Amino acid sequence: MAGKYLGQRLKRNEDPRLLTGQALFVDDVQLPGMLHAAFLRSDYAHAWIKSIDPSAARQHPGVVAVYTAADLGKIWKPGPLNVPPPSGIPGVVFNQRTQVPMAKDKVRHQGEAVAVVIAESRYIAEDAAAEIVVDYEPLEAVIDLEKALGEGSPLLYEDLGTNLASFVHQENGSYAEAAARADLIVKTHIVMERGTAAALENRGYVASWDNKSQSLTMWATTQGPIALRNGLATILGLSEHQIRVIAPFVGGGFGPKILLYQPEEIVVSWASLQLGRPVKWIEDRQENFGDTSQERRQIHEAEMALTRDGKILGVKDVFIHDTGAYNSYALTIPLNTQTHTTGPYKVANYLTEYRVVFTNRILVTPLRGAGRTYGTFVMERLMDKAAKRLGMDRTEIRRMNMIQPDEFPYKTGIVGQDFAKNVLDSGNYPAALDKAKEMIGYEAFLKEEQPRLRAEGKHVGLGISFFTEGSGVGPYEGARITVEASGKVNLSTGVGTQGQGHFTSFAQVAAEQLGVDPKNIFVTTGDTEAFHWGAGTFASRGATVAGSAVNAAALLVRQKILKMASKILEAPEEELELADGMVRVADIPSRCISLAELAVKANPSRGAVEPGTEPGLEATAYFGPPYGATAYGCCAMIVEVDPDTFNARIQRLVMAHDCGTVLNPMILEGQIHGGVGLGLGNSFFEKLEMDDNGQLQNASFMDYLIPRASDLPPIEIAHLHTPSPLNPLGIKGVGEAGAIPIPPAFVQAVEDALPEYNLEISEAPLSPNRLFQIVQAAKQA
Amino acid sequence: MSELVKVQVTVNGTRYEHTVEPRMLLVDFIRHELGLTGTHVGCEHGVCGTCTILLDGKPVRSCLLFAPQANGHEIRTIEGLGTMDNLHPIQEAFREAHGLQCGFCTPGVIMSVLPFVEQNANPTEEEVREALDGNLCRCTGYQNIVQAVQLASEMVASRKAEAR
Repeated sequence: MAGKYLGQRLKRNEDPRLLTGQALFVDDVQLPGMLHAAFLRSDYAHAWIKSIDPSAARQHPGVVAVYTAADLGKIWKPGPLNVPPPSGIPGVVFNQRTQVPMAKDKVRHQGEAVAVVIAESRYIAEDAAAEIVVDYEPLEAVIDLEKALGEGSPLLYEDLGTNLASFVHQENGSYAEAAARADLIVKTHIVMERGTAAALENRGYVASWDNKSQSLTMWATTQGPIALRNGLATILGLSEHQIRVIAPFVGGGFGPKILLYQPEEIVVSWASLQLGRPVKWIEDRQENFGDTSQERRQIHEAEMALTRDGKILGVKDVFIHDTGAYNSYALTIPLNTQTHTTGPYKVANYLTEYRVVFTNRILVTPLRGAGRTYGTFVMERLMDKAAKRLGMDRTEIRRMNMIQPDEFPYKTGIVGQDFAKNVLDSGNYPAALDKAKEMIGYEAFLKEEQPRLRAEGKHVGLGISFFTEGSGVGPYEGARITVEASGKVNLSTGVGTQGQGHFTSFAQVAAEQLGVDPKNIFVTTGDTEAFHWGAGTFASRGATVAGSAVNAAALLVRQKILKMASKILEAPEEELELADGMVRVADIPSRCISLAELAVKANPSRGAVEPGTEPGLEATAYFGPPYGATAYGCCAMIVEVDPDTFNARIQRLVMAHDCGTVLNPMILEGQIHGGVGLGLGNSFFEKLEMDDNGQLQNASFMDYLIPRASDLPPIEIAHLHTPSPLNPLGIKGVGEAGAIPIPPAFVQAVEDALPEYNLEISEAPLSPNRLFQIVQAAKQA
Repeated sequence: MSELVKVQVTVNGTRYEHTVEPRMLLVDFIRHELGLTGTHVGCEHGVCGTCTILLDGKPVRSCLLFAPQANGHEIRTIEGLGTMDNLHPIQEAFREAHGLQCGFCTPGVIMSVLPFVEQNANPTEEEVREALDGNLCRCTGYQNIVQAVQLASEMVASRKAEAR
């Protein structure tokens, strides 16, 4: 539903600030009397803390304070859960162990904070932190997921008696029954490894307690400013209204910045309260590798039961999920895995079960893709294997098992991250498959191009993978819109922005209803003083949930405008139109009034107030969907593998994608591009190399490679439009889309490029080295 | 603490003289001493390119230099290009092509490729990708940055032609 503004490729309102260096990021906040924090972090992954001696650091010139867990008093306790464990699944085991502000008796991962120095400069704070003496008693580290659950494994939490953090079993239908009548069962063992979000801006906080106004202002690189404010109030013993959290411009989020009550958030704000001075902490890149949450480590044992003509009878997936040292974000990721494994396919009998394991690594929380990536990888690998065994075309077996356009809403019976039984709301999956095939030239490539290239000695393969993206989950978001006496429009919403273009897309939504140029709509996101109800930016929900709230608020303001203008212009509301900041009688454009004049009249002076009058052309509205909207798409790529170096180059990459109504196609495409970039990182470049002692071996951008410009291909995108019935605008999320289908498409293409080895790749990420090893093993087999 | 040293630099045409610790990184000097916070810090070990500035016209990583090493030199930062109301062509091109999302790496990207853009009127995609290889971006998959740089090259070249 493209309109005058909605759906248009408008340039972004926020860009001039960002492009000229005038946008405020947290580290740009400079306050009089501001102090700087540096944390001392554990070098050990697992150790008892026998003693901490901060005396030398306290005497270091320029140091104002040194705090350890012991100094935090009542503030020291495990933080609140970010998300509770799911209701509605019988038999869920959940052993809650949330992050603590600083380690007290024991450190449970390398990089865990044990002390903080507050000093006149960051340089001094780091000098002094090096003078703190900590006596550790090292313990054996728990790194291997399978060994962690075995007899005699060291324990992260002695009181639990196990490293099992959680157990969840869900089944729809009966897999055993499906397997019993299957003609074919294919099995796979899948391993996916950890990577990191690597937002270019590290985390950072500036907390400023003002004694005279008894209020705390906190600038934070958070994706959830309102939830952070509310949690901090409880932790610090303040009223929510004594705290203002501002998430200014944030340099990339991708998930880890939605984690709330992180140690530094608590310690920095508490320290400002203690000292009555502003305190700043900015994470450095090395710290980021050890103290910012990560994702993508699961081990799956999966199988699929089929008929001999390729129809899926059932799927069974039993997996282990690494949560690291804490489980503050509960089960969002493995629940996403459970709901996304069956993806676009009809699977009548589906058994999915997982164990979550504590390990001596930084905790795991959602990272762009957030569990969907593994589920998609498992299912698409099973599909490929089944196609091979049955001698079927890989796209045909997918097509024949797809949910058809007339079968929505489609219930899978599996409870997801929103604690609702998963419902796929709408779509046309076969159309997306066809589109991707057409874009990549599927038939021509396999029949003509590939044989020709092989004859030339080139190893070029095609990969194609389908995915769904559960998005736009609740609970809700809100927005307030005010037409000001200047005619400008003010729009506030509670979500934060980390580059998604909300300053423009939300303005477009409001502009469509109000007939105002989006340039004249001033959008505030992520400031609890501007709007103080909401959850945050995560799960591809900003456009869908907050965008829908903006639309609802704009509709209410529109109604107020029409009602007032109807009286003043003496014309029925339905004959009025809003455009160019004016209300006009459609047939008699000279009879008009500007929104600015209306706004002045809407703020009545004395004597002009009628009973029941609410001042202002202003409205606040909320939107909460019954359950999340599911976007989807199909990715295809052509990959060339160098048989000597085993480097892989992606020659082409296409994506046919459907996220319903598009607010701004330029921004939408950018979201897909970025997701694909991460997905390719997760396929071929990015793996955190951890040794058995829990020491990260590649904690720098020198050693941990994220894709560069010359590593990535141009990305060709086609849009399909199936509006979601779950919100009035028909929007679905897109933030994570690009990241989800890339690993399975990539490994399929690599297999296709090297047919002589009959590879069955069951892991991600690969690297040239890993691919070489896999090929060597295949040669020997 | 070691003795303080005097650092005299010209940044975006303005002369500054500050006395700082010799170990102060140039990027911290620019950001926190001079208050020019448009230059950002992404990795502090010279890989991500976010802190790139022009030192005597050449792109350098300001996290890999100490402030005193810039003594007597001329620096250009993102604040020295266009203004919000009057963007430099390269800034305009990035806006036009949606070459930025969160915008954190953007000042470093722009300062890195500015000399390239000024010297190449019509670069190929491959040349642009190579020119961008020293800068990491996590939002854009580089696609629109590549297009922005190509557009910027055209725009800068056509401005030069107009000026002639």
